[in-house]
Amino acid sequence: MRQLCKGNVAVIQGALLAGCQAYYGYPITPASEIAEAAAFYLPQVGGVFLQAESEVAAINMVYGAASAGQRVMTASSGPGISLMQEGLSYLAGAELPCVVVDVVRGGPGLGNIAPEQSDYFALVKGGGHGNYRNLVLAPASVQEMADLTMLAFELADRYRNPAVLLTDGFIGQMMEPLELRARITPPPEKPWAVRGTAATRKNLITSIHLEPDALEAHIRKLEAKYREAQQREPRHELYLAEDAEVLLVGYGIVSRVLRSAAEQAREQGLRVGLFRPITLWPFPAQALREAARDVRAVLVVEMSTGQMVEDVRLALREQVPVHFYSRVGGNVPLVEEVNAKMFELVETAVH
Amino acid sequence: MAIEPRGRVQIDPNECKGCGLCIDACPPRCLVFEAELSPYGVHPARYVGSGCTGCGICFYVCPEPGAITVYRVSPPPKVISATEAGRAATL
Amino acid sequence: MAEYEVVHSKSPVFYPVYERKADLQHQTHYCPGCGHGVVHKLIAETIADLDLQDRTIFVSPVGCSVFAYYYFDVGNVQAAHGRASAVATALKRACPESIVIAYQGDGDLAAIGTAEIVHAANRGEPITVFFINNAIYGMTGGQMAPTTLVGQTTTTTPWGRRPENEGFPLRVCELLATLEAPVYIERVALSDNKNIMKARKAIRKALELQRDGAGFSLVEILSPCPTIWKMTPTEARDWVAEHMIRNFPLGVFRDRKVKMPESSRPPRRTVAEVLGLADAPAEAETPATRSADAREWKIKIAGFGGQGVLLLGQILAEMGMREGKEVSWLPSYGPEMRSGSAHCHVCLSSKRIGSPLIEHPNVLVAMNEISLRKFAPSVVPGGMILYNRRTVPADVEIPNVRVFAIPASELADQLGAAKVGNIVMLGALLELTGALSSATAETVLQGTVKNSDLLALDLQALHAGRDYVRQLPLEAR
Ligand SMILES: Cc1ncc(C[n+]2csc(CCOP(=O)(O)OP(=O)(O)O)c2C)c(N)n1
Ligand code: SF4
Ligand code: SF4
Ligand code: SF4
Repeated sequence: MRQLCKGNVAVIQGALLAGCQAYYGYPITPASEIAEAAAFYLPQVGGVFLQAESEVAAINMVYGAASAGQRVMTASSGPGISLMQEGLSYLAGAELPCVVVDVVRGGPGLGNIAPEQSDYFALVKGGGHGNYRNLVLAPASVQEMADLTMLAFELADRYRNPAVLLTDGFIGQMMEPLELRARITPPPEKPWAVRGTAATRKNLITSIHLEPDALEAHIRKLEAKYREAQQREPRHELYLAEDAEVLLVGYGIVSRVLRSAAEQAREQGLRVGLFRPITLWPFPAQALREAARDVRAVLVVEMSTGQMVEDVRLALREQVPVHFYSRVGGNVPLVEEVNAKMFELVETAVH
Repeated sequence: MAIEPRGRVQIDPNECKGCGLCIDACPPRCLVFEAELSPYGVHPARYVGSGCTGCGICFYVCPEPGAITVYRVSPPPKVISATEAGRAATL
Repeated sequence: MAEYEVVHSKSPVFYPVYERKADLQHQTHYCPGCGHGVVHKLIAETIADLDLQDRTIFVSPVGCSVFAYYYFDVGNVQAAHGRASAVATALKRACPESIVIAYQGDGDLAAIGTAEIVHAANRGEPITVFFINNAIYGMTGGQMAPTTLVGQTTTTTPWGRRPENEGFPLRVCELLATLEAPVYIERVALSDNKNIMKARKAIRKALELQRDGAGFSLVEILSPCPTIWKMTPTEARDWVAEHMIRNFPLGVFRDRKVKMPESSRPPRRTVAEVLGLADAPAEAETPATRSADAREWKIKIAGFGGQGVLLLGQILAEMGMREGKEVSWLPSYGPEMRSGSAHCHVCLSSKRIGSPLIEHPNVLVAMNEISLRKFAPSVVPGGMILYNRRTVPADVEIPNVRVFAIPASELADQLGAAKVGNIVMLGALLELTGALSSATAETVLQGTVKNSDLLALDLQALHAGRDYVRQLPLEAR
C-alpha cells in the first residue's frame, strides 16, 4: 500500500518493520518528528520510548538497551550528534549494534535548522575518539528513509556496530509516497547480550582493555570487521552514467537536485550522468572508479564546504579531474547553478 | 583440658594486603601483623591462634573478598524431647 | 575437639579466581584499606543471600571501580563516565525481571553524571544505585570531587576547597530526597564496625526493594580512600568518622512506598495494525482514476501561516499519488513557520522526481500579496499564477505568465469559514490546470476530514472554486 509519508515518520515505520524495540532520544529540529513518531508507535507495539534528559543520556540508554540485545535506535541533528559522539565510540568499542539517525542541519554551533551535509566528517570519519567506524547510509527519498533504516538495523547486527542514517532536513521534512515492504529477517540471536538470566551471567559488555596487547588485539578484530564491510557493503546508484562525459557525484537531497541537473543538461546537449553513493561508509570507491573511467570531468556537489569530495578524490586520484561545487548555510544548490558550473567546466576543459 | 575458643579465623596471605583494618577492629585483639613479608611485600595479618570469638567483624572490615574466613564452633546437636517435638509439629 | 563451621567466607557471587584480571588474580586491584572492596563484599553477600545471582546486571562506572566486573560473577556492563544510571535505565526497561545495580563514584555520579542520576531518580527507575562517596577522584589521582570537603586539599584545590571558587560539597541524598519518585535513600559510612553493619543492612534493603519491584533506591556510602588521602587505612577510616560524617549526615532520607498515579495507557496492537498493513483497503492499491495527464507539474504554494498552505500542498500530493503519479511535497519548516509565512513545493510527474525543491514553478498559488510579489518572478514562461484576491495589483506583470485573481478567502468567508480558502483555491486550481480530477479531490477530502460538517463545507468550497473559474470570461482563463 502506498501512503504519503514524511521522511522522518518513514524512519520509524521502517524501524517498526525491522523489529525495533526501543527508542531513546531528545528533541531537536529538524529531527523531532522521528521522536514523536516513536513515542506514538513504539508503546503500542510493546516497545519502549523514552525522552531522555539529553542526547548524552539518550545515547547511553541506547548503549544499555543494546547491551541487553534489543534492537534500539535514536535520532538527532548536529548539536545533539556532537553530544552523542562519546557514546558512539563506546558502542563501537563494546561492539554493540544500534541505529542512529542524523537529520543534518546547518552548523557550526547553533547554526540554523535548514538542511546541510556538514556532519559527513563527524559521522563518516569518526567524530568520537579511537579506532572505530560507523556504517553510514545516505537516504535520498522518503522510501529510502524507511528501507535504509531497516537495512541499518540488519547491518548493525551483522557487524555488531553502530549504523548511521546520514540525512538532512529536507529529506526528513518532505513527504513522498511510501510503500512499506514486508517484515525483514528477524533480529539474530545475541548470545553475547547481558539480560539478567542464568544463561547470560558470564557475559560482559565493555570497551576497556587495559593491556596494550589486549587492546591491540581488540582493535585488530574491529579492523577485520570493517575490512569485511568494505568488501561486502558498498552501495551506490547510477543514473544516465553509461555514456556520460561529465559525472556528477552527490548524496542525499543533493543527488535529487543532480538528477534533475543531469536531465536538463542532456536536453541542452551535454551528456551528464550521476553517481550517488548510498553507503558513505564504506564508500563505494571501486564503483566510482569504474563509473568515472570514460568521463572527462567529475563534479562533486555538496551542502558542505567539501567533505565527501575528499573521499571522491581519494578514490579517483589522478584518474580524472575532480571539481567541487557547494552551497551551505541551508541553501540547496540549484539545478541551474550546477549546470552553469558544468558548462563552465566543459568549456575550460576544451581550451 | 583447655577451653576451645568459640571462633577461629583463617587468613589467606595470598590475598591479604596488610592494611591492618582487621587487626585494629578485632575486639579481643587476636590478630597481628605477620613479621615476615608476604610475596607482595606487605606484612599480612595473622591469627594468634587463640581468643577468637567468631564475631565476624574482621571479615566485614576487610576489603578483600576472600582474605578472611571465619569459623565458629558448631552448636552441639540438640536433643529434642518428645514433648518439644510434638510442639514443633503443631507450630 | 570442637567442630567448627564456616560462618563468613568469600561469597560465591565473586569469581573464585579473577581471570579477567591480567595478573595477581587472587587479589582485587583496589588499594589496601579501600572502601570499594568492603562495599563489594556487602553487595555480593546480599546478592547471594537473596538468591539474585543469575538475575543481577551490574553496571560499573568509570573510576577506580571500573573493573568491578573482574570480581562479580553476574551479568556485567561497563558504562561511560557518569552514565551508569542512564545505561541501567535502559537495561532495566529491556529486562524488567533483572536486578540492575548501578555502582558509581562521586565524580561519576555527582559531577559528570549529575543529570543522569537526577533524572533516573525522578523517573523512579526501579534500579538500585550504590554511590561511593570518597570525597575525591581516586582513579585519576586525586583531583577535587563535587563532594570534596571545604578546605580539603586535592591536586586541583592546592589551597583547599574554597567555596567562593568551587562551591560547597554536594549532598546527593538530600538533593534526591526532594524528588517525588524515589522509594529509598539512605547514607551510611564505612567508619567503624557498627556503621559497616548499618551499611550492610541498607544495601540489603535496597536490593530487597528492587526485588519486590518497589522503585528507585540509592545508598550513599561514605568510603575511605587511604591512598589519595595519604593516610594509613586506619587513619582513613577514622577520617570518615570525624570529617565526612560531619559534613554528610548519616540517616534515612527517604523510605516510603510511592504509588504512581493512574495514567492513560496506549492501546496494544501489532506492528501490522499500527502501520495499517493488516487491513489495507484494496481500493488504495489501484489508483481511482489513473491520470492521463503526462505534464509535469511544479506547484509552489505560498502564503501566511493559518491559510492552510501546507495542507493544500499535501492534498495535492495525496491526490497525485492516488492517480498513480510520482509526487513530492516539501515544506518550509521551523521558525519561518512561526514568524508567519509558509510555503511548500509540490511536484507531480509521470516519472521519478529529481529535485523536490522547485526553483521555477509552473503553477504558483499566492495566498497573499507578499507571496505574490516574492515568488511571481520565478514562474516559468507559460506558467500560471493563482492569486487570492479579486484583482491583481496593476504593477505585477510577468511576461508569458497568466495571472488569475481568485478571491478564495472571500468566497470562503461567504461560506462562513475563512479557513476553507485553501480548498476554494484547490477547486480553482484543478479547473484551471486539469492536472488532477476533482473526484479524486473529493475522495481525498473524505479520507482526511473526519468531521462531517467540516467535510460538507470543504466540498462546498471545492465547488465554489471550480464554479468561480467557470464563470470567468473565457479570455480571462
Ligand atoms: C568523559 C571522561 N572524562 C574524564 C574521564 C577521566 N576520569 C576517569 S575516572 C574519573 C573520576 C573518578 O572519580 P570517582 O567517580 O569519584 O571514582 P573513584 O575513582 O574515586 O572511585 C575521571 C575524571 C573519563 N574517563 N571520561
Ligand atoms: S572473628 Fe571476631 S574475634 Fe575472631 S578474629 Fe575476627 S574480629 Fe577477632
Ligand atoms: S583487613 Fe584484610 S587485607 Fe587488611 S590486613 Fe586484614 S586480612 Fe589483610
Ligand atoms: S585510589 Fe582510593 S578509591 Fe581508588 S582504589 Fe585506591 S583507595 Fe580505593
